[in-house]
Amino acid sequence: MKKMAIIATKGTLDMAYPPFILASTAAALGYDVQVFFTFYGLQLLRRDLSDVKISPLANPAMPMPVPMPVFVQMLPGMETMATMMMKDKLKKKGVASLEELRSLCLEADVKFIACQMTVDLFDFEKSDFIDNIEYGGAATFMEFAGDTDICLFI
Amino acid sequence: MQVDKELDARGLNCPLPILKTKKSLADMVTGQVLRVVSTDCGSVKDMQAFSNQTGNELLSTTEAAGEYVFLLKKK
Repeated sequence: MKKMAIIATKGTLDMAYPPFILASTAAALGYDVQVFFTFYGLQLLRRDLSDVKISPLANPAMPMPVPMPVFVQMLPGMETMATMMMKDKLKKKGVASLEELRSLCLEADVKFIACQMTVDLFDFEKSDFIDNIEYGGAATFMEFAGDTDICLFI
Repeated sequence: MQVDKELDARGLNCPLPILKTKKSLADMVTGQVLRVVSTDCGSVKDMQAFSNQTGNELLSTTEAAGEYVFLLKKK
């Protein structure tokens, strides 16, 4: 059986998609898949994903309906608005929500590993995270990653 | 061609047509034929790649009025 390992390090809406899309697809193609969530990537394992947002700030390639100067992007509420617009667009185009892709991963036996160090670092509560995940460190990841066909850092 | 199961993947975008195809095939038996209808033009290449990698034979791909119809034979 082919294997794929992914390290998910980002907690923004745009960067949350690649790990879940690739993990669920690889599992559908028969791969044994593990995803290691570390630093901000750990936010993707929260029960509630409403804090996963997108910002046009520092994202100059993001297509905007109207040109928006950086000082406008900094205004309060812009991040929430951009997130709403992006989620609306994703839905209209038939792209799955993060919650749906995450469930499809779990259904397909993708293994999620949460970085224990990150949990300690940010004083996270394990009860905030979904069930069916494991907690581990770099060595835990390497044990699986060392023997994979595809290994990605996202 | 006898079709044993239908999957309506209209309106869904990558990777959902493939994931739903995989799920639909799961409870079928070897030799049965699944018919998938998709509106995602990317699924044409993806369905072939899915077939190549999983061994479920892609019997045909047809396009009509912006809809793509795939016939897959369960491995």
